[in-house]
Amino acid sequence: MTSRIILITGTRKGIGKALAEHYLSLGDTVIGCSRSLPDWSENFPGYEHFELDVSDEKKVTEMFGKIRKKYGKLDVLINNAGIASMNHSLLTPFDTVKKIFSTNTFGTFLFCREAAKIMQKKKFGRIVNFATVATPLKLEGEAIYAASKAAIVSLTETLAREYADFGITVNAVGPTPIQTDLVRGVPEEKMTRLLQRQAIHRFGKFEDVINVIDFFIREESNFVTGQVLYLGGV
Amino acid sequence: MKDVSKIILEQVEDYNELLDDKVDTSAGDETVLFGRGGVLDSVDFVRLLVDIEQAVADEYGKHIALTNEKAMSQKNSPFRTVGTLSEYIKKLLEE
Repeated sequence: MTSRIILITGTRKGIGKALAEHYLSLGDTVIGCSRSLPDWSENFPGYEHFELDVSDEKKVTEMFGKIRKKYGKLDVLINNAGIASMNHSLLTPFDTVKKIFSTNTFGTFLFCREAAKIMQKKKFGRIVNFATVATPLKLEGEAIYAASKAAIVSLTETLAREYADFGITVNAVGPTPIQTDLVRGVPEEKMTRLLQRQAIHRFGKFEDVINVIDFFIREESNFVTGQVLYLGGV
Repeated sequence: MKDVSKIILEQVEDYNELLDDKVDTSAGDETVLFGRGGVLDSVDFVRLLVDIEQAVADEYGKHIALTNEKAMSQKNSPFRTVGTLSEYIKKLLEE
């Protein structure tokens, strides 16, 4: 199999970094992006990084233009970049709402659209979006984060249909809390209660997420699209 | 730089290779792309527009979005023929 071209958003740290390292170690060509440069990429000379905000349409389309010219194809897009803000809705500034929707929802849409333009040429593509268990669990204090991700569920389901004729599948993984920066500010007692609502009461691990994505992007998964897979039995 | 009409016609020819029912480009600028008398279905047309956007960006170094609100609301569709689309793209390139 020739090397897959995999684009991952939000690769500076957390799950994005783990995903980039995973696919680089498998011999795939990995392109990443985030608002600032990662400090780990020196270990992987083949890794290419774009410094951008995922909701900056001009920068994003320029990046896709470069990818198209350099590689002529894109096999996989993993829309990992995401931000959260844990707060009661009464205490949530409108600017925060806009910022969260810009990165999570609008960024995901932009990347899906531009990726599908390249993927449709080869009639092959795999897109994986990031949902969250905060949506089905209806977690208080995460109204905006959960809403921005609920929109991603809807996007995933509809884009799956729009892109099916192009040989592109669109699925989403819904991680449980993993011990990353995203959940660092949440009180321990609240976190324990949250884990109790999962069927399997433990924190998620990067490997749990990677496993689902590996499945979605396999060639053999060409009949799997429009699905949202929640981890932990949520 | 390559003329916009020429870019469009080249992309149509390329796309024709995938089609059983091909677009007859012998009429040049008068070639119907979409609507009455056209052979492309809406999904084919979307894919062709994406190819044209990319080819224009490659040639002119400027990214244009063909399907913006303005295009959709025009009384005379800019997507009707190679000629109308070419005029529309030239306008976008000048903006």
